[in-house]
Amino acid sequence: MTGNGAQASLLRASRVKKWEPVFWLLAFAVPVVMPSEALIVNEIAIVALFAVSLDLVLGYSGIVSLGHAAFFGLGAYTAALFCKHVSPDPHMGLLVSMGAAAVLGFAASFTVLRGSDLTRLMVTLGLALILLELANKFDDITGGTDGIQGLVFSPVLGKFEFDLAGRVASYYSLAVLLALFIIARRIVHSPFGATLEAIRDNRLRAMAIGIPVHARLIAVYTIAAAMAGAAGALFTQTSGFSSLDVFEFHRSADLMLMLVVGGTGWLYGGVVGAIVFKLLQDFLSSQTPQYWSFWLGLFLVVLVLVGRDRLLKPWTWFKR
Amino acid sequence: MLTILFDGIAYGMLLFILAVGLAVTMGLMNFINLAHGAFAMVGGYITVLLMQRAGVPFIVCLPIAFVGTALLGAIAERTLYRPLYRRPHLDQVLFSIGLVLMSVAAVDYFVGSTQQILQLPDWLKGRTEIGEGAWTLGMGHYRLFIIAVCALVTVLLQWVLSRTRFGSRLRASVDDQRVAAGMGINVNVVFLSTFAVGSGLAGLGGALGSEVLGLDPTFPLKYMIYFLIVVAVGGTSSITGPLLAALLLGIADVAGKYYIPKMGAFIVYTLMIAILLWRPQGLFVRQGGKA
Repeated sequence: MTGNGAQASLLRASRVKKWEPVFWLLAFAVPVVMPSEALIVNEIAIVALFAVSLDLVLGYSGIVSLGHAAFFGLGAYTAALFCKHVSPDPHMGLLVSMGAAAVLGFAASFTVLRGSDLTRLMVTLGLALILLELANKFDDITGGTDGIQGLVFSPVLGKFEFDLAGRVASYYSLAVLLALFIIARRIVHSPFGATLEAIRDNRLRAMAIGIPVHARLIAVYTIAAAMAGAAGALFTQTSGFSSLDVFEFHRSADLMLMLVVGGTGWLYGGVVGAIVFKLLQDFLSSQTPQYWSFWLGLFLVVLVLVGRDRLLKPWTWFKR
Repeated sequence: MLTILFDGIAYGMLLFILAVGLAVTMGLMNFINLAHGAFAMVGGYITVLLMQRAGVPFIVCLPIAFVGTALLGAIAERTLYRPLYRRPHLDQVLFSIGLVLMSVAAVDYFVGSTQQILQLPDWLKGRTEIGEGAWTLGMGHYRLFIIAVCALVTVLLQWVLSRTRFGSRLRASVDDQRVAAGMGINVNVVFLSTFAVGSGLAGLGGALGSEVLGLDPTFPLKYMIYFLIVVAVGGTSSITGPLLAALLLGIADVAGKYYIPKMGAFIVYTLMIAILLWRPQGLFVRQGGKA
């Protein structure tokens, strides 16, 4: 039966590969083995979560978004405000931030359903900029350009205090990343995920075989927004502040770059891209603090001219 | 109030000159070019540096800025942009963001990150006021000059597009590249010259606008969204669409910043999203062309 064959191939794709647990064990081992690197592990875990969330939208559903920072920023500010006014508990803050970002994502999803790539770019970018403006102008709530600083969160699980070396922070971020990653993995390998890819590859045909295109896109956009919100909340909770920077355009652009470096339509692409990008950024900005964006730009240009899918396969560079 | 309207029109005309090249190239090649502002910045820096270091008069700098950026645009089109026309939009977005980052850092490196100040010639300084009370119309001479130059360029563009042989070739290529090529139009040359002129116009706009908009290395990032709004709202099939969109944007921005300074750019972005939700292809779409 072909039905069984198709099912088998779908199941095979979703099976846990042998290297996957190794990868995660390594990730969790780094803060113990190299305590001085815990802070950067934390940063990587946060942007990796953010990149995985964009991958759901961009890689799996084909929506080009330049404004994913909107959800990250909303999560960050929600976590900060929740800590300041309601409770310093990080877990509640995380859930509330995800909820807030999901609501915004649900509302915003209706704006990306129609139109061309250009329209979507503009609408997503516009949303992030609107939030940036709002955060800037309502300075009595958000602190304006100063941001919200000096937040003290209560210990994780009631036991582990956030320390300066970032050990607890890195484990907290890694744990949240792993949990949400598993959920995302489950989603993309489900029939739901398969319909998303169908929509990405050929929207008209997907519609013709009876896939509710709009409902699926709304759902995935909401889920991705919630994940981005979680990344934002982690950012605030592990750094203790939230500033306008979280909404900036370069955050969305960097994110897109990470995802593309790692490869779209592959969840580990976001994680790998985040690792490569952060290490590269760390290295370049220690070499040329002021002009590192030049090298980043050059890298992007070369990446596209050579071909995204070919950069990681040098042997294909000179073939037509 | 009239003064605000006047300033808004001047601002809008300036935006139109800056963005019209983008509108045409986007419509023609279906290329999402976020690096258009970089060409405008080059034009602005050519003018400022020529005036500061070589003492060239302002009025002479404008054509130099136009030609210089046009040449740069032509070279960039031939070497960098052309291989990417048929690639997915994501590639084009990444590529042009890369170009923007490079241009920002390069200008920062060679010229410095401080805001450049343009010394206007005396005959452009000053201001004339007409009327009185609430209906006073205050016209800065420089803004008057901007409106005059931009209006001239617009008329010229419209004339070229609608009356000349090149214009009809261009329109044919926008409507359907393949058929146009089949009719013996050398589409590559049309693309190249259009891209060059579009970049040149951006350079001219940057030169004219550096006094109004401010000129520093982050210019392409700061105004990218404005150019894109003009194009997305105005549509890419004609130049009247972007013109009206630019005027609307200019007036809304100036008025918004004047009457409700707290909301500032918020109004513009909200307006843009509302318009795009209502008409995803832009306000003015010509029927019959290939999308």
